[in-house]
Amino acid sequence: MNATIGKRAGIIVTFFLIVMLVLVMGSHNAMSMSNEDCLECHGDEDLTREADDSSVYVNAQVLAKSVHGEQDCVSCHQDADTEDEHPPELKRVDCSECHDDIGAVYEKSIHGKARSRGDALAPYCSSCHGTHDILPPDNPKSPVYVTNIPLTCGRCHREGSPMTKTHEDIDQHNVLKNFSMSMHGKGLLKSGLIVAAVCTSCHTSHNVRPHTDPESTTNPKNVAKTCMHCHANIENTHRKVIRKSLWEKEPHKIPSCIECHQPHEQSKIGYQGKLSDAYCLKCHSNPNLVMPDEEGGVKSLYVDTDEYDEFRGTLHKKNKIACVKCHSNMDSARDPVCKGSGPVDCSACHPEQSDVYAKSIHGKLLAELDPNAPGCTDCHGKHNNMSKANPDSPINPINIPNLCGACHRDGKKAAVRIKGGERKIVATYSMSIHGKGLVKSGLLVSATCASCHTGHSILPPSDAQSTVNRNHVSDTCESCHYGVARKIQQSIHNPPFGADTSRFPICSDCHSAHGAARVSEAAFRKQQANECAKCHQEQVETYRESYHGKASMLAGGERAAQCSDCHGSHTILAATDPDSTLAGPNAVKTCRKCHPGANLSFTTYRTHATHGDKKRNPDMYYAFWSMTSLLLGTFSLFGLHTLLWIPRSFKERMKMIRKAREQRK
Amino acid sequence: MSKTETVYVQRFNVFARVLHLTVIISFLTLALTGMALKFADEPWAGAIASFFGSFRVLGVLHRIGAVLTFGYFFIHFILIYQNWRKSDKSFISFVFDKTIGMVPNLQDAREIGQTIKWFVGKGPRPRYGRWTYWEKFDYFAVFWGVAVIGLTGICLWFPTWVTQYIPGSWLNIATIIHSDEALLATGFIFTIHFFNTHIRPEKWPLDRVIFTGSVTLEELKHERPREYEMLVREGRLDDVIVDRPPTWLVIFAYVFGFTALTIGMGLVFLIMYTIFQRTFG
Repeated sequence: MNATIGKRAGIIVTFFLIVMLVLVMGSHNAMSMSNEDCLECHGDEDLTREADDSSVYVNAQVLAKSVHGEQDCVSCHQDADTEDEHPPELKRVDCSECHDDIGAVYEKSIHGKARSRGDALAPYCSSCHGTHDILPPDNPKSPVYVTNIPLTCGRCHREGSPMTKTHEDIDQHNVLKNFSMSMHGKGLLKSGLIVAAVCTSCHTSHNVRPHTDPESTTNPKNVAKTCMHCHANIENTHRKVIRKSLWEKEPHKIPSCIECHQPHEQSKIGYQGKLSDAYCLKCHSNPNLVMPDEEGGVKSLYVDTDEYDEFRGTLHKKNKIACVKCHSNMDSARDPVCKGSGPVDCSACHPEQSDVYAKSIHGKLLAELDPNAPGCTDCHGKHNNMSKANPDSPINPINIPNLCGACHRDGKKAAVRIKGGERKIVATYSMSIHGKGLVKSGLLVSATCASCHTGHSILPPSDAQSTVNRNHVSDTCESCHYGVARKIQQSIHNPPFGADTSRFPICSDCHSAHGAARVSEAAFRKQQANECAKCHQEQVETYRESYHGKASMLAGGERAAQCSDCHGSHTILAATDPDSTLAGPNAVKTCRKCHPGANLSFTTYRTHATHGDKKRNPDMYYAFWSMTSLLLGTFSLFGLHTLLWIPRSFKERMKMIRKAREQRK
Repeated sequence: MSKTETVYVQRFNVFARVLHLTVIISFLTLALTGMALKFADEPWAGAIASFFGSFRVLGVLHRIGAVLTFGYFFIHFILIYQNWRKSDKSFISFVFDKTIGMVPNLQDAREIGQTIKWFVGKGPRPRYGRWTYWEKFDYFAVFWGVAVIGLTGICLWFPTWVTQYIPGSWLNIATIIHSDEALLATGFIFTIHFFNTHIRPEKWPLDRVIFTGSVTLEELKHERPREYEMLVREGRLDDVIVDRPPTWLVIFAYVFGFTALTIGMGLVFLIMYTIFQRTFG
């Protein structure tokens, strides 16, 4: 019984299996061709296409190893899925059946468009990826593996290829060769550095577009972004030029990567664009080239190439800076391309200077469109701008006073606007020790206007940030007069921590600003007491009652002892300080500078004492009033005597005259 | 020489005149240079200093003036000696002589009283002798002035030397005394002395006697009747009669005299103006 049951079960199972097998095989036969079916013919190595004898052999082993090895032939070659023989010429496989997203991108790319246009040379998916042998891109054997990409692209983009011969609109030449010699190419090919950029790194794989297309990754507007995929920190390196996001926001303002780093020759830096200097000079070398200006006149657009001469020290020419680097707002849509390009924006390359300038009084006025405000070129010149080391440069120290003086000399446009403050600054400066040092002695280290006021961040002294603000003047002077600054720190004039600094003198309080004179000069010495009187009025008044003070007020008075001769200058200390020049034995030394035989008793002379101070100087007080009483007494007595005499004397004279008349009669 | 011609009587010999010329020159120098320093902050003082070039030049001139002053002060004793030898008197009686001596006496006190009465119209003009009381005052004022200003001046001239003997703080006192005494001297000479001697209407505009040395007999009789009477009494009148002063000397007297008067009065005006301005301005 058991055996019977087992036999029946085995029969049922077998039947089912047979039915299943038949069903499976039948259905298969009914819906599609199998790979074996295809390979029946296409497995023959000699199978060729009727039309052009080209091989239609399919290597089954290769196919099996490809990414599509598990797929049926007909899933791609859908038109071959027929009961009968398939048409002799199959349609090209449409990869977008599966890869629809990539397909859509490709359609819009230059390759896709060329294909739609019917360009026979336009690459299709298979041109790069292969057909039956498609391997994943991380497989080193894949034509789209990173090291193979230059060759893959280079098949067409190689000098002399049918594509380059027929597509003359592509302005890059020797692309493959240049790439292989570039930083990227060498990295990839020589060093085997698979992170090195290849064609697709910049141009993308499927979305390749001409650089004129605004969507292109190689459009000048997008280049920076593209490069920054890898060179993420390039902004730090090029911060000066890029100014953060300016590169992306206003790409026309500044050169993009490729303007310096040629697209396919990154190791060679230098502009070789279409807008070469020669191109500009075609028009601008004409001395008669003019354009109308705002005031109804004309302004010359002539560029004197002699003036813009590297041998004459022109800064930008020395650095081989092309016209369009500065005149960057070129537009091929305009004719000529430079039309209305506007003034040069130096901030593109000189952002730090530009930033401080914008905060300066000059920059603020310029921002308010003040016609008198000086811009970069007013001081630096235009095409002939030179290093300040060049004596011909307007910003060479020797020329600075005249440069600034052009506006700041009395009566000139800046001087008439500045209310209060110093007058005749240029004249005063040229008589100062700084001015004489610079102009007379030609000493380039002498302080010029810019030394104190700075070149770019000039601010009025009322501005807390100004280098000539009360709180900063001494620091400004210290940048040259370091030794003096150190001495001041030891003196009583150095404000202690937390003290009100406005109660302490700054350099210019004693030395004046523009007229700072050599301290040994008569003008400085004669002015000294006035400067000290700003704070020490009483002491200066009493000084002026003394012999020294009185003599100092007369012609040649600079030879008399001035404040600093006794008190010292930068190292000044309170007279009560035991280290001061006037304390005890120091005073003898101090007095001996002029009075060689001075002794301690001599130093008890009271230089500042007056007879008016009864408390401190009672002896002088009584001496003065005794003498004054004597004076008043004497003059009163004899004054009265004289007053009484006058009328009597008149009468005597009249008598004498009458007598003389009578005698004559 | 007719009888109607004017007779001149000698009052000062050449020695005395040269001595006074030295006094004028040194005093003007000292006053100008000293006052320029004392009033240094006044524009006129600055002008004086600028005229001489530098305050240091003022200092040198002031010291030259000082040396001249000490010089005439001591040389004048020779004059006294000469006059004494001429007088045939003992030195003491010469010095205290009532008629020609410089020392004030009771006669001078009486003349002060008579002068005041004369001034107010209560009496006649006193019969002055060879030296009036104000002339005697002027004479002794120089002694006082040279002593006081001279001594303090030496202290200020040689401060490092004198401070070996006196404290340096005394120099402050010396300065006050020197300066104020100088102001007194300058003020006195340029106002009181000038008035008494030159400006007063009887003498206006200038008494040239100190330069020419002689006065007319008429003038002597009127001015100093007591001296005239003394000369007549002693029979010495003929001894003192001299020739008319030469014209060049008269011209010099006026040119030099007016120059000195102008400088002195100009300076005293500036000083008075400055003091007035400082006191009331």
